[in-house]
Amino acid sequence: MELQGITIEGAHKGLKDKDFSAVELTQAYLARIKEQDKKVHAFLSLNGEAALSQAAGIDKELSAGRDISVLAGIPMAVKDNILVEGTKTTAASKILENYVAPYDATCITRLKDQGIIILGKTNLDEFAMGSSTENSAFGPTRNPNDLERVPGGSSGGSAAAVKGDLCAFALGSDTGGSIRQPASFCGVVGLKPTYGAVSRYGLIAFASSLDQIGPITRNIQDCRIVFDIIRGKDSKDSTSFEPGSLNSSKGKTVKDLVIGVPKEYFIKGTDQKVIDLVEKAIERYQKGGAAVKEISLPHTEYALPCYYIIAPSEASANLARFDGIKYGLSRREEAVDLLDVYLKSRGEGFGPEVRRRIMLGTYALSSGYYEAYYVRSKKIKKLIEQDFNKVFKEVDVIMSPVCPTTAFKLGERVEDPLQMYLSDVFTVSVNLAGLPAISFPCGEIEGLPVGLQIIGKHWEENKILKVAEAFEKGVI
Amino acid sequence: MISEKEVRHVALLARLGLASEEIKKMEKDISSILDYIEKLKEVDISKVILDEAGVGSQNVMREDNPVPAPKERVKKLVELMPEQKNGYLKVKQVF
Repeated sequence: MELQGITIEGAHKGLKDKDFSAVELTQAYLARIKEQDKKVHAFLSLNGEAALSQAAGIDKELSAGRDISVLAGIPMAVKDNILVEGTKTTAASKILENYVAPYDATCITRLKDQGIIILGKTNLDEFAMGSSTENSAFGPTRNPNDLERVPGGSSGGSAAAVKGDLCAFALGSDTGGSIRQPASFCGVVGLKPTYGAVSRYGLIAFASSLDQIGPITRNIQDCRIVFDIIRGKDSKDSTSFEPGSLNSSKGKTVKDLVIGVPKEYFIKGTDQKVIDLVEKAIERYQKGGAAVKEISLPHTEYALPCYYIIAPSEASANLARFDGIKYGLSRREEAVDLLDVYLKSRGEGFGPEVRRRIMLGTYALSSGYYEAYYVRSKKIKKLIEQDFNKVFKEVDVIMSPVCPTTAFKLGERVEDPLQMYLSDVFTVSVNLAGLPAISFPCGEIEGLPVGLQIIGKHWEENKILKVAEAFEKGVI
Repeated sequence: MISEKEVRHVALLARLGLASEEIKKMEKDISSILDYIEKLKEVDISKVILDEAGVGSQNVMREDNPVPAPKERVKKLVELMPEQKNGYLKVKQVF
């Protein structure tokens, strides 16, 4: 069975037309994973038996002639920091190596209600901290476009699984670019929704004020289908929100669209070929009738250092729960007292980058430094939000590169944490401002994909999806 | 810059047991990240007030009604505990 390039809609049609059954489709993916994933290592664990029995249930519905949802029987993959009941959920960390999720994340409950098939859990940088998936405690994932290169991160396993046709679509999470950057490196579509659009219940928390779950898919329509199911208010996440119809009608067609191009996003240090491709893509919109306007987001250069205070600070608090007492790795047997249980379990359970960020966050929140680092960063976050609010009075969407480079080689940046952080320079502002943004392929450089980032106003996911689709479908 | 003494202090606050060779590496890594973060001092934040509500944000309250978890879930949570007795979490003595 041919899996290459299958979309959700395509698979749904195949199921309805009885070209294949849900069991056959699931078996085909499992077989392909078995054969291909030795090279790519997109998955940390597989859920084969449960997947096949779920698929058999969908086939029963189909043969009884019942109507099924567009997601019923569609095999997907889930980033391993999202809880799926009964499956190992490790966050790619030794400290959770044997943790079996006792409940489903809300987004998983909603997808299961649609009849989704979960093939397995995908690799990530430990606790989603990283930009290459090399920080996984269980070995890196490789980019299906070039196995010598990283898939990006932290949702590298999910992006690689979609690109490598190892699932129909996947879920990722994005705290500073972790959906968009791997989508760009692998050549797939990744949506980071507005903060609060998707419930974070059941997502292993990294930086709670920035984290968002979102879809990684093969095309824009699939992205829309998945987003429409997982979004919405959830009583289990007080920050989740269901907007009324906030998508303004203005700028809904390319012809009356005003595109903002921030000059701070086209800077030295970015690969000129990436800039050329992104500019060419924007030109296509212009030729299609859109107005292009140069804009300024003056606090852009402070976004990355600001992020590297806020995210580690929140992480240091969130990761305090991994204490060797309640669940996960515990060194209680070798420990002399309670403090020693903490020190040994956490010291051994967390990998180098996680330890580094816990240290940085603890330092930034410690007495005497709190005002100088954390409070200052929160204020700068506010200035970054204001930059966007001001610009969005004049433009409908903002377009930029996703990342300064294409996928880099494995090992190239692991020794220098700062060099690795720079990979997120064009994506972190969006998280700090809580905005929605999408990355989708706009071209290739020597066989390596390049993503275009479209940033929208709060709650205007539908608009950025529509604008992106015009490019994808060649309407402009 | 951060000193070795500070690294040891912060590691204890963070409840992270670090090997001596790692303390040195941490000192170097954290110092270079802090140098980079120094940049934030350039920004004039004197006019920024933090307590004003952001875009659509407000306090979200609910009634404080406990919702008991199903027995099955409780069982699963107990099974995840490294050490338990009669369904209760067992902790090493503090002193």
